[in-house]
Amino acid sequence: MTTQAQQHTDDVPPTVNGDAGTAASRLLPSATPIRFLDDAGGVAPAADHGAYESPPLELLLEAYRRMVVGRRFDAQATALTKQGRLAVYPSSHGQEACQIGSVLALRDTDWMFPTYRESMALIARGIDPVEALTLLRGDWHCGYDPVATRTAPQCTPLATQSPHAVGLAYAARRRGEDTVALVFVGDGGTSEGDFHEALNFAGVFKAPVVFLVQNNRYAISVPLAKQTAAPSLAYRGVGFGIRSEQVDGNDPVAVLSVLRHAVEAARAGEGPFLVEAHTYRIEAHTNADDASRYRDDAEVSAWAGRDPLNRLEAYLTATGVLSDEDIGAARQEAEAFAGRLRTRMNDDPDVDPRALFDHVYAEPTPQLREQREWLVEELAADKDDSGGEHQ
Amino acid sequence: MTTTMAQALNAALRDALTEDDSVVVFGEDVGALGGVFRITDGLARDLGEDRCFDTPLAESGIVGFALGMAMNGFRPVVEMQFDAFAYPAFEQLVSHVAKMRNRTRGVVGVPMVIRVPYAGGIGGVEHHSDSSEAYYVHTPGLKVVTPATVADAYSLLREAITDPDPVVFLEPKKHYWSKAEVELPVTTAPIGTAEVRRRGGDATLVAYGPAVPVALEAAEAAVDDGWDLEVVDLRTLVPFDDETVTASVRRTGRCVVVQEAAGFAGVGAEVAARVQERCFHSLHAPVLRVSGFDIPYPPPIVEKHHLPGVDRVLDTVARLQWDDEPDRRHLTGVPA
Repeated sequence: MTTQAQQHTDDVPPTVNGDAGTAASRLLPSATPIRFLDDAGGVAPAADHGAYESPPLELLLEAYRRMVVGRRFDAQATALTKQGRLAVYPSSHGQEACQIGSVLALRDTDWMFPTYRESMALIARGIDPVEALTLLRGDWHCGYDPVATRTAPQCTPLATQSPHAVGLAYAARRRGEDTVALVFVGDGGTSEGDFHEALNFAGVFKAPVVFLVQNNRYAISVPLAKQTAAPSLAYRGVGFGIRSEQVDGNDPVAVLSVLRHAVEAARAGEGPFLVEAHTYRIEAHTNADDASRYRDDAEVSAWAGRDPLNRLEAYLTATGVLSDEDIGAARQEAEAFAGRLRTRMNDDPDVDPRALFDHVYAEPTPQLREQREWLVEELAADKDDSGGEHQ
Repeated sequence: MTTTMAQALNAALRDALTEDDSVVVFGEDVGALGGVFRITDGLARDLGEDRCFDTPLAESGIVGFALGMAMNGFRPVVEMQFDAFAYPAFEQLVSHVAKMRNRTRGVVGVPMVIRVPYAGGIGGVEHHSDSSEAYYVHTPGLKVVTPATVADAYSLLREAITDPDPVVFLEPKKHYWSKAEVELPVTTAPIGTAEVRRRGGDATLVAYGPAVPVALEAAEAAVDDGWDLEVVDLRTLVPFDDETVTASVRRTGRCVVVQEAAGFAGVGAEVAARVQERCFHSLHAPVLRVSGFDIPYPPPIVEKHHLPGVDRVLDTVARLQWDDEPDRRHLTGVPA
C-alpha cells in the first residue's frame, strides 16, 4: 500500500496548477487595505499603497467633480422618494469613491454590470438620470439602452449578473476585442452561489473581468461578521486562482489607482481581478429601511469621519489644484443637475400598458396578441367609464 | 438512412456550428467525452475546442455565462446533463434569460438554447428522470420545444439555434436511441406548430415528447376496441398551437391529454383547460388527462408503475362517455 501511494505521489504533481504556495502568494491581497490618503485627506505613509501609483491629478479632479454631482444626485433621489416620485431608492451616499472610481477606471468601450445601488455610477457614466431612475420610479425595469451605454441593466437578484459579465467579457476576448467588464457586488452578494460560480468561470476562462466588491458592512441589516468568516472578502479570489486586492473604499485616490490597475491587467490578458473596497453605507438600505434597528449612530459618525468626498477635497486643496472657486463651481454644477432632475421627475411617466406585450418575445405569440386585445378592450372600457363620470 | 434521435441531434449541432461561427456548444462533459449521452460526440474534435468545450461543473454559471455571451453576439447552445441537474440554473433562466429582452424593451435579446435531456424510462436512479417542463412553460420569455421524432429532433434544434429568443429544448432521453428512416438535413414544421401524427375521428389524444410514442401505440391498439383515435404531437409547448389542437378536438368531440409528468398543474392541465374553453360546444365528454402520478419520480425498479402506458391511455379513452355514462372516477371522493 505504502509503495503504491509513494509511486502515485512521484508520478503526479502535488497540485494541478503548480506549486500552490507560490501561486497563492501572487494572488493574495495586501495585508491591509491599500490607501494613499489618511482619514482626514492627508497623505498616508507610502508603505500603505505599496507599488500602486497615484492617478494623474487631472483624473482626480474629474473624480472630484463627478463625486460632488453624484452626492447631490443621491440626495435628490432620496428626496424624490419622499415626494412619491420614486417607488424606492437605495442610496450610495458614502460610497462615492467606488461609484465614480469604477466609471473613471473604464473606457467607454468597456462594460459595467451594476446592481440597484449603482444609480450614481450610472449617471457618472453619462446615462440620462431619468433613464437611470426608470427602474426605481417604476415605469420600466430598465430605462437606458444597455448596448449604447455599455451598461447592463441594474441587477436586483444579488450577484446573479456576475456570470453575465464573465460571459460577455470572454465573448469579447474571443473576437479579439480588448473590452473589460466590471461587475459590482456587495458584501452580502459575495455569499451568493452565482458570485462563486462567476469567479470560477472567470478564472478558468481567463476572462477580462474585474469584480468590485463594495463591502459597505451591511446586507440590509446583517453585518459583515455574519456574512463570512474569511479574513477579508478579497481572500475569496485566491481559491479561484484570481488576483485580488483590498482597498480603502473611502479613499478615492486608492480606489482609482487599484481599479485602474485591475482593469488594465484584465485588458492586457492577465485574467480577472477581484477588488474589495472597504466602505460604508451611510444611509439605510433604502428609504423604506430603518437602520437604527441594527446599528449605532456612533458607528455611522465614525465612518462619516472618513468621508470620501471630504478626503479628496482636502487632498486636492492641499495639493494646490483645487481652489475654493473650483469647489463652488462643482457644487453649482451639482445643484443645476439636481434642479433639472427635479423638474423632469415632476412629469408623470407616460407608460403605454399595451407595450407590456411587445418585448416578451421577438414576435408576440398568438396568445400574447390575444391577451393584448383583451387589455385594449379593458382600456377602452375604462375610458368609457371615466368619461361617464365626468358627464 | 436509419438515424437515431441522438445522431440527428448531433448532426443538428454539427451543421449549426459549421454554418454559423457565432454558435458555440458548451456544458459538462460535452468536449472530449461527447456528453454522457454522446449528443456532442466528435464536435470538439472536428470543429475545435473553442466551438465545443467543457465548463466547470456549475449549471447556474453555465447558463449565466451563456447569457453574457449571447449579449455579446454569440449563440450559445448549452447542455444541462440531466433534467434534475438543471435546477441550479433555474434562477438564471427565470430571472435573466427569460426577462432580458423584455427588461430592455427589446434592445438586448439573448438567443440561446438550453438543451435538457428529460423524463424517465431509462432505469435511472434518483434525479435522472424528471419531467421538468411545467417549470419552464410557466415562465414568460422562454420558448419550450420538445421533439418526439428523429426528424423533428434535427429540424427543431436547428430552428431553436437560429431563433431570436431563448429556447429550452427538452429531449426525451428514452428516445435518444429510437430509429427512423430520415435523410439529414431535414426540415419539418416550424416551432410553434403541432402536428397530427395519426388521423382519427373518434377522439383526440394530445401528447408531447416521450408520451407521443405511447399515444400512437395506444391509438393502434384502440382499433381493436373499435376506436379510431387521432394523435396530436404538440412539438412546441411555448408558443402553444391552439389552432391545431382546437381543430382536431372540434372534429372528434373527445380529448385525452397524455403526458409523462406528474399531472397536477402540469402542461396537460393547461391543454385541458384550453380545449374546454375553445371546444366546449363540440365536446361529448370532459377532457381527461393521463399522466404520471403526483409523486417524486420513483426508483427504477418500480418506475413502470408510474409511467403512463398504453393500458392507462386506453382505460382513460374508455371513460369518455361513449354511451352517455358519467365518468364515475371523478365523482368519487366528492362530498355530497
